[in-house]
Amino acid sequence: MTATDTHRAIDAVWRIESAKLIAGIARIVGDVGVAEDLAQDALVAALERWPTSGIPDNPGAWLMATAKHRAIDVLRRGTRLERKHQELAVELEAHQEASAPDLDAAIDDHVGDDLLRLIFMACHPVLSTEARVALTLRLLGGLTTEEIARAFLVPEPTVAQRIVRAKRTLSEAHVPFEVPRGPELAERLSSVLGVIYLIFNEGYSATAGEDWVRPALCEDALRLARIVAELMPSDAEVHGLVALLEIQASRLRARVGPSGEPVLLLDQDRGRWDQLLIRRGLVALERAETLGGGLGPYTLQAAIAACHARARTAGETDWTRIAGLYGALAQLTPSPVVELNRAVAIAMAFGPAAGLELVDTLISEPSLKTYHLLPSVRGDLLAKLGRSDEARAEFERAASLTRNARERELLLARAAACETGASPVKPG
Amino acid sequence: MMRFMLIAMANKNSEEGCAPTPELMAAIGKLSEDMTKSGTLLEMGGLAPTSKGARLRLSGGKVTVTDGPFAEAKEVIGGYAIVQVESKAEAIELSRRFLQVHADILGPSYQMESEVRQFFNPADVGAEMAIR
Repeated sequence: MTATDTHRAIDAVWRIESAKLIAGIARIVGDVGVAEDLAQDALVAALERWPTSGIPDNPGAWLMATAKHRAIDVLRRGTRLERKHQELAVELEAHQEASAPDLDAAIDDHVGDDLLRLIFMACHPVLSTEARVALTLRLLGGLTTEEIARAFLVPEPTVAQRIVRAKRTLSEAHVPFEVPRGPELAERLSSVLGVIYLIFNEGYSATAGEDWVRPALCEDALRLARIVAELMPSDAEVHGLVALLEIQASRLRARVGPSGEPVLLLDQDRGRWDQLLIRRGLVALERAETLGGGLGPYTLQAAIAACHARARTAGETDWTRIAGLYGALAQLTPSPVVELNRAVAIAMAFGPAAGLELVDTLISEPSLKTYHLLPSVRGDLLAKLGRSDEARAEFERAASLTRNARERELLLARAAACETGASPVKPG
Repeated sequence: MMRFMLIAMANKNSEEGCAPTPELMAAIGKLSEDMTKSGTLLEMGGLAPTSKGARLRLSGGKVTVTDGPFAEAKEVIGGYAIVQVESKAEAIELSRRFLQVHADILGPSYQMESEVRQFFNPADVGAEMAIR
């Protein structure tokens, strides 16, 4: 193995092990910031050692043992941490003296729990949403600060600052390293799922910048969702989120045209949909539905996505079912955006006039005032009804509201199509 | 991210239809569980011996079909796993663990081969769209 190969291999091991490592050490030291430092120290040790010694047969265990020893050292010195941690160290040492393999086994058994604790900590409500996103991608996704900065189009020092501050906030707020219980669990889990969904959406239709989609972010989010689903297999909504993201991600390839322009769902080449992800999504949806307890918002959205995934052509889409699912979603989480989507489904199922009727009730909605999809949908329905002038004005308005360059081009193109009267009037 | 197929080549054991020992089954199960839990494993499967399959060949505009078994087991796929990873090195590391498990359970004399192959056209939209 060349030195470069070894470094690549170490990178790969780090990618695979870092979250587990940080989580395992965080349980010992009770502080994610310190845990991340210690995990990094172990990585540095590997970078020094492995190029000459070769990569151990079980590199994960090597890193964990190295980091653990450093953790115990830190606790022994007790300079950086409080007394309770010293007690923990004594306890740990007692364990270790009793029998070292037992401790390893104990850490192995805890891996899942520790990861879950780490996720809940990274998505803790004491942190701002931006901080949750950055910390989750960093600690669980294994992304570097630079990668996060690039993904969110913010300067690297901003992300670095955000992460440092987040770790400090958690430390100062004495957020315990544990999985919340009882009534707190549902609320905290919804924060975790919300963070993952937000990361996915930023990749799926970027709110700003030149690119319409950033697949790498979607894939990171999808991986995080899968991890949480495996850690909390009996929670229906986690599987619902996985199902939703798998199915949405299956269309990533078809969502972008040859020159980077967005291709809308009904215009997509379904042959380019990723059938492996669709299959995984449908399985996850079934798991969510089987677990029961009433369909949650992610599961309902996944069920809607599944309607599209099952249709071999756009024309075969079961819009009546989709309209019904949006109705259920609107009851569960009433929002103008959901209503707007329901209007689209109703237009497809029962004609543009029926859809427009519902859209028109949303015009005065304050939260939709700057939401580009409202005029975009309204423009589409008006065009279908042959009201070209009104349609053009709506598309232009939508173009002026979006912050995404690719989407703006598409909307302006649609406005121009109205002008020449090229937009055909077609029913449904 | 990239998508790879980790391919375990067939060998004498798998061609003879020998079931893996329970210890090996358990170790492989643990490995695939780890990969599932880390969100990397998308799909996996094992293939029956070539005696149950057939080989087709196109030559001179004609297709001929030969029933298995095939003589060269080493050039035959025994099983596969499809993973989504950050780098080829990560795919190699996952494959290495799969082989290591065999050595750990079956001893140093056990021989097998594995291939790591990248998919064309993964979920990435294209090189120009990938951000890293």
